[in-house]
Amino acid sequence: MSDATLKSLSVLLAEGKTSSIELCQDYLARIQSLNVSLNAFISVDADKTLAEARAADALRASGQGGLLTGVPIAHKDIFCAEGWLTTCGSKMLSNFISPYDAHVIEQFKAAGMPCLGKTNMDEFAMGSSNETSFYGAVRNPWDAERVPGGSSGGSAACVAARMAPAATGTDTGGSIRQPAALCGITGLKPTYGVVSRYGMIAFASSLDQAGPMAQTAEDCALLLNVMAGFDARDSTSLERPKEDYTRSLHQPLAGLRIGLPREFFGPGLVGDTAKAVEAAIAQLRKLGAETVEVGLPNSNLSVAAYYVLAPAEASSNLSRFDGVRYGYRTPEYRDLTDMYEKTRAEGFGSEVKRRIMIGAYVLSHGYYDAYYIQAQRLRRLIANDFSTAFQQCDVILSPTAPTTAFKLGEKTADPVEMYLSDIYTIAVNLAGLPGMSLPCGFDAQGLPIGLQLIGNYFDEARMLGVAHQYQLATDWHARAPTL
Amino acid sequence: MQWETVIGLEVHAQLTTQSKIFSGASIAFGAEPNTQACQVDIALPGVLPVLNKGAVERGIRFGLAIGAKLNRINSFDRKNYFYPDLPKGYQISQFALPIVEGGELTVQVVEGGKTVEKTIRITRAHLEEDAGKSLHEDFHGMTGIDLNRAGTPLLEIVSEPDMRSAKEAVAYAKALHTLVTWIGICDGNMQEGSFRVDANVSVRPLGQKEFGTRREIKNLNSFRFMEQAINYEIRWQIEQIEDGHTIQQATVLFDPDSGETRMMRTKEDAHDYRYFPDPDLLPVKLDEDWIEQVRAGLPELPQQKQARYQGEWNLSAYDAATLTGSRALADYFEAVVAGLAKPDAKPDAKLAANWVMGDLSATLNKANLDIPASRISAAQLAGLLARIQDGTLSGKLAKQVFEAMWAGEGEADAIIEAKGLKQVSDSGEIEKIIDEVMAANAKSVEEFRAGKEKAFNALVGQVMKASKGKANPQQVNDLLRQKLNG
Repeated sequence: MSDATLKSLSVLLAEGKTSSIELCQDYLARIQSLNVSLNAFISVDADKTLAEARAADALRASGQGGLLTGVPIAHKDIFCAEGWLTTCGSKMLSNFISPYDAHVIEQFKAAGMPCLGKTNMDEFAMGSSNETSFYGAVRNPWDAERVPGGSSGGSAACVAARMAPAATGTDTGGSIRQPAALCGITGLKPTYGVVSRYGMIAFASSLDQAGPMAQTAEDCALLLNVMAGFDARDSTSLERPKEDYTRSLHQPLAGLRIGLPREFFGPGLVGDTAKAVEAAIAQLRKLGAETVEVGLPNSNLSVAAYYVLAPAEASSNLSRFDGVRYGYRTPEYRDLTDMYEKTRAEGFGSEVKRRIMIGAYVLSHGYYDAYYIQAQRLRRLIANDFSTAFQQCDVILSPTAPTTAFKLGEKTADPVEMYLSDIYTIAVNLAGLPGMSLPCGFDAQGLPIGLQLIGNYFDEARMLGVAHQYQLATDWHARAPTL
Repeated sequence: MQWETVIGLEVHAQLTTQSKIFSGASIAFGAEPNTQACQVDIALPGVLPVLNKGAVERGIRFGLAIGAKLNRINSFDRKNYFYPDLPKGYQISQFALPIVEGGELTVQVVEGGKTVEKTIRITRAHLEEDAGKSLHEDFHGMTGIDLNRAGTPLLEIVSEPDMRSAKEAVAYAKALHTLVTWIGICDGNMQEGSFRVDANVSVRPLGQKEFGTRREIKNLNSFRFMEQAINYEIRWQIEQIEDGHTIQQATVLFDPDSGETRMMRTKEDAHDYRYFPDPDLLPVKLDEDWIEQVRAGLPELPQQKQARYQGEWNLSAYDAATLTGSRALADYFEAVVAGLAKPDAKPDAKLAANWVMGDLSATLNKANLDIPASRISAAQLAGLLARIQDGTLSGKLAKQVFEAMWAGEGEADAIIEAKGLKQVSDSGEIEKIIDEVMAANAKSVEEFRAGKEKAFNALVGQVMKASKGKANPQQVNDLLRQKLNG
């Protein structure tokens, strides 16, 4: 059962061969046995999960259930969920029980999908290894000495370890795709504005986007059908007709033009990752796709632009965590300023503080034009690069991450080294494009390698189709770690 | 040395929307603390702002009313600072691209008994959200936070430093107050903080081009305090400079009890607000159709009315300005004039103006009522004035009818009838009374004929008295003089 995809679970439920209660009990049992070692979940509440499962079973019995009714899912602890501790991986929110549901949570509740728990993450989604979490690092199910990637590391690890058939994630600079790659699962970041950000704790508002993480592209398509949709409470949510993201899954790849950005296939790409990506390209050609070299000449500036813009927005977004109304407040203080200073010094971890300081700096009087405005210009140039590239191709392909999962502690001393984990993913967020990662092989140490696909705006369905066709022809996505 | 004062004002006008600028919570005044603060207002993790279109519409109305440029694309920025009553740790405001830029307001200032027109340029007006309130009393050394006001829509209206005295500043603030209430974007309630003024005040030697260093007086919530505060500040600054000190840029508060301003903070403590575009809100686009629709819905503005009153009805600039002091007053006045309309001639607007600004205003003041609460309707007043026009009532009798009308005794004609107040204009009847009075006051008659003009007035008084005030005074004058000289 535990290797089952959402699709197959949905069939089992529809045929009455299992119930939501049964499924949830099984997954909860697996979480209980594995979470001690993997630390993928921050909160698990069996009573809540089972109550939702019972309701889902009743809904199915009444004939009103949908395709995924009864199939459980785990949610990244960045989503506010009513009655659930919602920490965002931070001491700052270690006592925050959300009084309301995020739009994403509402959508899954409406679909009748019980919540298995809240998954661990880098503090306020700032990190590429899950090591910045106040709740401790998540272990990679393929090698417990290694990181699962981040920031949606708990979500990626729990799907890889089959503690949940699917999970939600969020992606600001690669936080769905990079952990999906490092844990050997499939994850998708939609076009900016496709999924409402309402109730998703903000890191960098102009870049943050929620998306699905699961074993297969097909499952991601099914989940995106649930998550996507206009929400008037998010002004950046796009008002578009509802679409079916599974509609292109069965489209053959003949005639598909795949763009290979020369900047992503340079000397930085070496070893097993390079080989696996080359093999994937060969596989796609065999399926009928053509490849074309494209240029993204400004992509080398994306990490620099990102580490101005994202911290700038974060420094402001995180100002509300001040100890006044909710969340952590230092126990002893002399006056208001002392309370603010101690609360924030004690409540935030060092990576969060580093980014707040960078952000405050680049927005300061006298520096704003040199940093923030300049970075916004770069952002436009990077987006223009993609527009030009998409005149020559339908989908862009690259590795998801420069390396496979690295060891815990290996990059914590050097933040820039850590930031470079996202060199292939960050430009996609800056441009607001959809991107996904899917497994395309393993390195010599048996660690999964991820393949990144980047689609044009609102072209998720085609991108998912390419991934699905690839997954029909390969079985990388079906492999699971032995635990 | 001769000093010149330079004043610029920043006015915060609370907009008349039902709900907040970025959430659906009510903005009604006076609710229990924190009962009108929803999850967006208290800045829970994950919540997002959604712009209230009504606030934008009011911004458009204001821009059109002052002849300003409306920025077809305007946008919101974040102003970052920490304060307990600022839940997000930033205020959403328009910094780089305000909705309104430019425009002007012409005001009347009385100087040395003369009414002078002065045009004040408006720099910009931008939309923003209000903060909550910190309550320092009743919490035993702690501070209470009430977030009901957090997120209330404001239009901040910034003037150029075009005013040269406290009087001019007050005249501008009053004209602005009239305008925002006139076009219905602000209720103007100063006690409840719906219209708050910050005054930037500096002084310089007369003739000097450069401005002096300014100090900003915050949160003036009455015109009287505003005038006191500015005048105090001017005197204080001149004294400082004359004593050899320099003025430090600072923010000050006015204490109405002491009549003095006191320092809140200097420029050194000023925040770096780290403004940047709010990524949660898209730029606001104003399309032409919307602007035209708003324009079509605008009432005739005070200045347009003033021009019309002067041009069409020959009223003085002073009268026109007074009568357009509020929309209700102007509406009332126009209704009275309409009641006096005749098919063949222009209505006597001057007569209407005199009564509305004179007896009616005085009576309302005494009763502490505003014009909408007047006990005499415009139609009733017009009925009374018509009887003055046709000679039925003298001015004196009209006042009696007015009083009776105020007391609720009915229409002018009914009161005249009931009290027998009809003016006597029958010359035979008046002559009869004059004859009687002349006979009874032979001494006065003699004195007049001996050249004492004063005696004439005494005789007129006697005639009026004998007629119980009803004799037409002009006729009494004419006939008496004829008889005395005859």
